[in-house]
Amino acid sequence: MSVEVNHLTKIYNHQKAVNDISFEVSKGEILGFLGPNGAGKSTTMKIATSFIPPTSGHVKVCGYDVVEEPMKVKGVVGYLPEHNPLYQEMYVREYLSFVGSIHGMKGVQLNSRISEMIELCGLGIEQNKRIESLSKGYRQRVGLAQALIHDPEVLVLDEPTTGLDPNQLMEVRALIKNIGQNKTVVLSTHIMQEVQALCDRVIVIDKGEIVANDKLEQLKNNQTTLKKVIVELDKEVDESFWDSLELAQQVQKLDQHTFALFCEIEKDIRQDIFKLVSESGIALLGMKQEEENMENIFHQLTQNHK
Amino acid sequence: MIQILVKEFNGFLDSLIAYIVIGVFLTVVGLMMWVFPETSVLEYGYAEMNTLFSFAPFVFMFLIPAITMRMFAEEKKSGTLEFLFTHPLTDWQIVLGKFFSSWLLVVVAIMPTIIYYFTLSEISSPAGNIDTPGIIGSYIGLFLLGGVFTSIGILASSITSNQIVAFVIAVFLCFILYSGIDSLSVLMDSSSTQVLLEELSVIHHYNAMSRGVIDSRNVVYFGSVIVLMLSITKIVLGSRKW
Repeated sequence: MSVEVNHLTKIYNHQKAVNDISFEVSKGEILGFLGPNGAGKSTTMKIATSFIPPTSGHVKVCGYDVVEEPMKVKGVVGYLPEHNPLYQEMYVREYLSFVGSIHGMKGVQLNSRISEMIELCGLGIEQNKRIESLSKGYRQRVGLAQALIHDPEVLVLDEPTTGLDPNQLMEVRALIKNIGQNKTVVLSTHIMQEVQALCDRVIVIDKGEIVANDKLEQLKNNQTTLKKVIVELDKEVDESFWDSLELAQQVQKLDQHTFALFCEIEKDIRQDIFKLVSESGIALLGMKQEEENMENIFHQLTQNHK
Repeated sequence: MIQILVKEFNGFLDSLIAYIVIGVFLTVVGLMMWVFPETSVLEYGYAEMNTLFSFAPFVFMFLIPAITMRMFAEEKKSGTLEFLFTHPLTDWQIVLGKFFSSWLLVVVAIMPTIIYYFTLSEISSPAGNIDTPGIIGSYIGLFLLGGVFTSIGILASSITSNQIVAFVIAVFLCFILYSGIDSLSVLMDSSSTQVLLEELSVIHHYNAMSRGVIDSRNVVYFGSVIVLMLSITKIVLGSRKW
């Protein structure tokens, strides 16, 4: 196990940020850490990187306890904090060389490693600039390069893609995906597409508690039992109009012309709707089957949990 | 520790801080020493460097807090302290790296004034008629005083994320410790309290060193203040874990 979290609790001034959570991340896995703002994602990551100690419980990274052997933990973890703090006045190469030297690298080995990182993170044209003159996307890459320079076994990324434009977003995701092939990555985010694009497994956390810990597909299936079809008609009808539809489990009137019909996930109700509507001489203006998306799942998981 | 020292010192050289600090220090003491008639050695007529050694602490009182104010305050504000704390560095390595880089800059600023010694030695009559042991003692005193002020500045910087607050606190503490408690001692009734306050002040030990005798008590005093200030800094940094 690369990361083991055991009954972890963190209390800040009487406020429980993380409440008795346990999970494990195995080697080579990309884990998505999902939750609304203030759910305890960053706190968990700060504890796992030995920045702050837990109130109770244990966290082990590559077998090292974060409280007892912090220096070992810091040596095997690459961490990109939430707001990606960088020394603005340093040059990109100078900064990477500084980080490398902290990890005990020097000389030729350090130089070749810096060049490797610049190559990997696509910093080539910006490598001789000051960090303060870089765009947000490039700063994020410097942050990633910094986290990777000592070839860590575990990579902890706290909201690595916030504030990036769509192109940068794609590039940074591709980079993480690429890195994740042979490293353990724990990634926090509140963007659903990111989880879909990157992660093998998802942990949803809300108010300091784990509300789901599963593979993405599994999560989708668990949360959805009914499929929703939205139908728009050109005439006003009653809800009883749909009574003859056997497959419809539930009918909901959205406005005078629009209905939401729910049926079981394996069945398809659309043909029956079409027949029924056309037989009764009403024009069918529109019909749309809604996929249960990650946003809805996220919403359900974090709203139901009180 | 050495990585932090090198990084911070490069930072001084890379920004204008180093040049401004060295330039301002040398200009002020140079003017005092050779130009302003009230304090100039040339007007005074004796081959002594007392002007330098009595004014330098007051210049340092403002310059050293200016050097150290950003050390932790800026890192707190920009969040880079989290960077340092999540890399394989102990708190002591961080504190000492920052302390020694600042102290080194202070020492570099003092170094050029050694030329004054040789100049004075040349122009004194007869040539070489100058209190060499006293001057060496004073230099060691100034060097240690620079260390004390630097450690105070580092401490002040660690307790706030606002550089101006750090600066003002450091100037205040330097002043109190340098001559403030010494001046207060006059107000005390009992003579033992007077002596105690005098013994606690930097100026007492600094003046003692300028007599050319390196007394271990004085050196131990300077060393202890530095260790005390840096230890408090370390505790302040460790308070994130409470």
